[in-house]
Amino acid sequence: MNEYKELDSDILIIGSGGAGLRAAIEAGANGASVVVVSKSLLGKAHTVMAEGGIAASLGDVDSKDSWEVHFSDTIIEGVFLGNWRMAEILAKEAPERVYELERYGALFDRTPEGKIMQRAFGAHTYRRLCHVGDKTGLELIRTLEDRILHMNNISVMDETLITKIVSKDNKVIGAIGFEMKTGKFVVFNTKSVIIATGGLGRIYKITSNSWESTGDGIALAFKAGAKLVDMEMIQFHPTGMVWPPGVKGLLVTEGVRGEGGILLNSKGERFMLRYSPKKKELDARDVVARAIYNEIKNGNGTEHGGVYLDITHKGAAFIKKKLPAMYEQFKEFAGIDITKEKMEVAPTVHYFMGGILVDAETCKTNIEGLYAAGETAGGLHGANRLGGNSLADILVFGRRAGLYASEYIKNAKAGKMGVREIEAEIDNVKKYIDNKNKGVNPYEMTDKLRNAMEEYVGIIRNEKDLKTALDIVYKLKKESAKCKVSGDMKFNKGFIECIELNNMLLLAECMIKSALERKESRGAHTRSDYPEKSSDWEVNIICNNVNGDIILESAAIPEIPERLKKILKQ
Amino acid sequence: MLMEKNRIKIRIYRKDPEKDAKGYFQEFDVPVEEGMVVLDAVNYVTEHYDQTIAVRWNCKAARCGSCAAEINGMPKLMCKTRIDQLGGVVSIEPMHAFPLVKDLVTDVNENYETERAMPEFTPKEEKEPWIIDEMDVLRSQEFRKCIECFLCQDVCHVIRDHTTKYIGPRHVAKAASLDMHPADSLDRSKILTEEKGLGYCNVTKCCQEVCPEHIKITDNAIIPEKERAADGFYDPIMMLIGKIKKRKNGKNVE
Repeated sequence: MNEYKELDSDILIIGSGGAGLRAAIEAGANGASVVVVSKSLLGKAHTVMAEGGIAASLGDVDSKDSWEVHFSDTIIEGVFLGNWRMAEILAKEAPERVYELERYGALFDRTPEGKIMQRAFGAHTYRRLCHVGDKTGLELIRTLEDRILHMNNISVMDETLITKIVSKDNKVIGAIGFEMKTGKFVVFNTKSVIIATGGLGRIYKITSNSWESTGDGIALAFKAGAKLVDMEMIQFHPTGMVWPPGVKGLLVTEGVRGEGGILLNSKGERFMLRYSPKKKELDARDVVARAIYNEIKNGNGTEHGGVYLDITHKGAAFIKKKLPAMYEQFKEFAGIDITKEKMEVAPTVHYFMGGILVDAETCKTNIEGLYAAGETAGGLHGANRLGGNSLADILVFGRRAGLYASEYIKNAKAGKMGVREIEAEIDNVKKYIDNKNKGVNPYEMTDKLRNAMEEYVGIIRNEKDLKTALDIVYKLKKESAKCKVSGDMKFNKGFIECIELNNMLLLAECMIKSALERKESRGAHTRSDYPEKSSDWEVNIICNNVNGDIILESAAIPEIPERLKKILKQ
Repeated sequence: MLMEKNRIKIRIYRKDPEKDAKGYFQEFDVPVEEGMVVLDAVNYVTEHYDQTIAVRWNCKAARCGSCAAEINGMPKLMCKTRIDQLGGVVSIEPMHAFPLVKDLVTDVNENYETERAMPEFTPKEEKEPWIIDEMDVLRSQEFRKCIECFLCQDVCHVIRDHTTKYIGPRHVAKAASLDMHPADSLDRSKILTEEKGLGYCNVTKCCQEVCPEHIKITDNAIIPEKERAADGFYDPIMMLIGKIKKRKNGKNVE
C-alpha cells in the first residue's frame, strides 16, 4: 500500500500561467472551490516571459481599429486553418479583458492622452498591442496572482506535478500527482479539470521556452482520451539570441521590430526588402523566420550564426524606456549595449499553435468535465499565431474555461477513484527511482530527442527527415523505458525529467506523424517536398488515442459564416 | 576566444533536513565555456554527475526569479551570474532567510501569505476607461519590475538576524507599488508602520544593492512609505514643492 493524501475540490486547474490563473478567478467568483496546481512556483510560469503585449482592438492609438479587423488579421495569418468562432470570440472579447486587467490593478504604458498605449506588431493591420514596456507578461501574472491570493475559495499548490488525469465512462473524476517539496503523492478528487499547462517548446534544443514547457498537460489529456489538433503547427519566432551558448534561443521581442528595429545580413543588406517589400520586418512570424533561415543558410550569416537586428538609430533614452528587458538581457548575458551595437539573432522555437481540441464556445474537450485553455489548447491560431494574440488568448479563453467549468460542476456528480487505479499509478511513477540498479540517464535521452527535433522537424521539413525523426523517437521510447534515477522523490530533478521525457516522446510522435501527413506548405509548416499551399489541405489533422495508439484523422474546417466572410473580403 | 578546455571547481551545498543533521559541500569539476552562468554549471552537474541535487530554476533568463541563491556568499540569481568571470572555487548555497527544503531549494511560500495579508489594489470610483497620465505610471512601474526572487528578503539583516515582525523589502515595495498606483484609493503606510514592522528597517540599502532588477527599494519605496506614515508627505516632488513654498513664505523651520 502506498501513502497518499486526498484533496477534494470542485475544479482542479493544472497550470498557474495566465490561462490557469484567469480561469481560477472566474471559477472562484462563480462560487466553485478551486485548487490550482503548478509545476513551478506561483508567479513563475512561462507567461512572465511574454514581452510585447496583449492584442486588443481598443483603438486607443489607431482609432480605425475594430474587432472585425483583429478577427480578419487572425484568420488570414492563421492561413485559414484557425477556428473562425474562436478568432471571433478572441477579437470581440480581448478589449474587455484588457480593461478588466486594468481594474484588477495592471498599469499599462499610456498614450499622451492618458489612454492605454498600443504598439505595432507583425501582421497586425493597426497598432494594437497594449503593453508594459517589454514586460507585459510579468505585469499580467503579478496582477492575476495578487487577485488569486485575495480570494478565499482558491488554494494554490505550487511545485506539484500531475501524472494522471483519471476519467471514468468518458467523464473526469480526478487526478493523481505528487508534491515536489515533500515527494508525497496527492489524489485530487474533483468534478472538473482545466488544463492550462502551456506549450512544449522544450521538446526542441533551441527554444525561448522555460524549463517547464514540456507539454505535460497535452500529454495528460491525450492519455485520458482527449483529441489533439494541428500538432504539426509549431511557431519559430524569428528572433532569438544566438550567443552566448547558455542563452541560445532566448527571445528577443518582436517589440524591437515593432519599435523600429531593422534586420541586416552580414553584408549590411536590409534583406526583408527582398522577401517582403511591403510589410518588411513586420510581416508574419513564419515569413520573417524563413527569411532569416534562408539568409543564414545562404552564407549571409553573422559570426555566431545569426543575422543582425539593429535599433541603435532610435537612441538610448527611447530604447531604455520601451525595451528595458532587452537592454538588460544583452548587457548582462552577452556584454552588448543595444543602444550602440547591433544584436545577433536567429529563429527559435517559440509557440505551439496545436494542442488539445476544444469547443470554441466553452473550451470543453471530448471528455466530460475536462477543459483546456491557452497554449495548451489548439484551434485558435491555425497555422501561425500573431504576436500579442497569445496574451489575449489566455485572458479570453482562460476566463471562458473557468466560467463553463464552474457551470458544469453545478450539476455534475463527483465520482470516486478506485484504490487499485490509484495504487497502480503511484507504482508506475515510482518505478523511475531505483537505488540499486543504474538505469539509462533521462537527460541523455532528452538531449537526443531535442537534437532530433531540431535537426529533422525544423523550419523546413521533408518526408525523409521526418521519417528519420520518427525512427529516433521510436528508438528513444524503447530506451527510455529503462530510465532510472537514484535518491528519493523529494525535489529530485532527474526523477521529474523521467516523467517529462515520457510526455515529450508521446507529443513528438504526434507532431512528426501530423507533419508527415500534411503534404503541403502552410504557415509555420513548410515542406520542401511540397512547397505549395493546397486547397486539399484546408483541413485540421486530429490525433486520436485509440487504445494508446496515435490514429490520425482529417476533419473539415468549420465553414466561416457569410457575415464573417464579408469582413474577410474587406 | 572560446575557453572550452577550461574547467572550474564548484562547491554545492547539500542537505536534506529530514535526513541530514548537518549540511556539507560537495565539490564538482565542470567544463567552462565563454558566457556560461552558474546555473549552467549546476545543471551540468545534475545532468552528468548527480541527478538528485535539488535546484529550482525555470526561465533561465533572469525573468522569473526562481534560481535565487548565495554565490560565494552573495545573494544572486544563478542564471544571471557569469561563472566564467569568477575566479577560484565557486561556492553555491541556498538562501539563508528561508526554511530549507533540500540542497539549493528553500521554501519561499511564506511570501505569498505575507502578500495575502496586505490590502489588495482598491480602485477609486472613476469613469471608465481610465485616463491616467504617463508621468503617474512611471513611479509605480518601477516596483512592478520585481520578479519575486526574494533576494532582497534574503539579504535583509533585520529579517536574518532579528526576530521582528518586519515583512521585508519585497513586501514594502509591493505595498508602494499599490500606494503609488494612480487609481488606488488606499494608504498602506500606516499598516506598514503599525503592523508590518517597517520601523525596524534602518535603511542600510542592502536590498537595493542585490536587486537584479535594480529597483531602488530603499530610496523609492521604503523611505517614501516611512515618510508618508510620519507626516503624510510621501511624494518627493510634492515635498520639494512644499519646501520651496515654505521658503517663499519665509517659514523655513528646518
